[in-house]
Amino acid sequence: MSTLPLLKVNDVSKFYGSRIGCRNVSFELYAGEVLAIVGESGSGKTTLLSCLSTRLMPTSGIVEYHMRDGQYRDLARMGEAERRFLMRTDWGFVHQNPADGLRMTVSAGANVGERLMAVGDRHYGNIRATASDWLQRVEIGVDRIDDQPRAFSGGMRQRLQIARNLVTSPRLVFMDEPTGGLDVSVQARLLDLVRGLVHDLGLAAIIVTHDLAVARLLSHRMMVMKDGAVIEQGLTDRVLDDPREPYTQLLVSSILQV
Amino acid sequence: MNDLATYNFAYLDEQTKRMIRRAILKAIAIPGYQVPFASREMPMPYGWGTGGVQVTASILGPEDVLKVIDQGADDTTNAVSIRAFFQKVANVAVTTRTKEATIIQTRHRIPEEKLSEGQTLVYQVPIPEPLRFLEPRETETRKMHALEEYGLMHVKLYEDIARNGHIATTYAYPVKVEGRYVMDPSPTPKFDNPKMHMSEALQLFGAGREKRIYAVPPYTDVVSLDFDDHPFEIQSFDKPCALCGAEDVYLDEVILDDKGGRMFVCSDTDHCEDRRACGHAGHMLARKEAAE
Repeated sequence: MSTLPLLKVNDVSKFYGSRIGCRNVSFELYAGEVLAIVGESGSGKTTLLSCLSTRLMPTSGIVEYHMRDGQYRDLARMGEAERRFLMRTDWGFVHQNPADGLRMTVSAGANVGERLMAVGDRHYGNIRATASDWLQRVEIGVDRIDDQPRAFSGGMRQRLQIARNLVTSPRLVFMDEPTGGLDVSVQARLLDLVRGLVHDLGLAAIIVTHDLAVARLLSHRMMVMKDGAVIEQGLTDRVLDDPREPYTQLLVSSILQV
Repeated sequence: MNDLATYNFAYLDEQTKRMIRRAILKAIAIPGYQVPFASREMPMPYGWGTGGVQVTASILGPEDVLKVIDQGADDTTNAVSIRAFFQKVANVAVTTRTKEATIIQTRHRIPEEKLSEGQTLVYQVPIPEPLRFLEPRETETRKMHALEEYGLMHVKLYEDIARNGHIATTYAYPVKVEGRYVMDPSPTPKFDNPKMHMSEALQLFGAGREKRIYAVPPYTDVVSLDFDDHPFEIQSFDKPCALCGAEDVYLDEVILDDKGGRMFVCSDTDHCEDRRACGHAGHMLARKEAAE
């Protein structure tokens, strides 16, 4: 495995007029590494994720990605065609609300197959075989392949969205509150699934969440954000067991114990 | 002052024609690309061919011979009224014979007879955007055309096969023009798609409500999209035309009575009449004559 970071983020800031979205964020992400970004609502987690995934242009700072050809490319300087191609092949984006990431009016099979067709797969049988394989991997019955996602439960939709993103074997997946709005038992199953997939596929992932339990389960490393800035970062277990910043201590002690 | 009450030749004023011709030229230069144009109000409702009429009006000259068809027929409402319109405002010669026409305005068919160089086929298009039903945002579909992101088109075909076991799209079947732009061939039956490929005639498409013009120049590649294991196929019919006995043509079903009687006849009326004049007869025609 390459020892070079997959993603290099250098001093990224995003301002909405005079308001701060996020400021002076720098970090590096290596292949196979899962990074959690935690913080309360409005702390800039999602803004940062959007800047990293080119859904928003940062006001200043550089985000560089290690392309498959071994070159580092500044995402902001990439052409739109190339960026969109990267987004649907080498990257994945899992939305909090599955309806944002899925095509609700086409079948589950077509949802999974869309990326394959987008990169030029023109064999129906193969596309369908790959789609059923992926549905199985995310624990959706193959008999549901021709059902539309609107007939699926929230947890199934989220799993379908994950399958749809992983079908092109991306190297980097962005997840925005992947377990938001799911009940705890479904959350647990989803987390289990994501953890398994990340491990099996050697994915790098950046997960935005306000749920520290999600971060604990999935991530190797975490960053704590407050008011747009990263106030603490380190290994997940270290940050959660031995928080240094007062705000992080507050956050950790706010977890309800059952 | 008699001058004030008359129309300009072919109804549209010269500046409008100039604007539309420029759009047409651009469309021909970029085969399959939808060129926006400032569509005018026409004296007919949207959906009746306002786009096609504007294109025809802009390319029509006094020497032209016009043919107008509606679903292949020369004698249906839309065809009759558009033909009468151009007779009135341009005083051009009209015909029903495909061979004699220099401009053929069509609603959803391509004549059976092979078109030749110098002829122009003008299509009336209701919805020019082939990606529309999958992607409602115009900004997004334009971007997809620009970046050649056509995976979504195959998602539609995939859905067809998943639901019906075969590609069930029978009209407005998407095509790729000259290896670049995916185009909606207007709601012609897919039976006509192969006729667009390497056609000797110029093909122009006008969408009045949507304000788009696009074109397929003569001798241009037009390939229907498909899957490797589900190749493109045109419709086939069990029986020949009941009147002229033609095979390998597109047939319309005509209900004859309320007891389930029906017949299949050529959709292209001119082609059917031609064949009958040459002595071809289908089984219903023979019976009719025997009864007389």
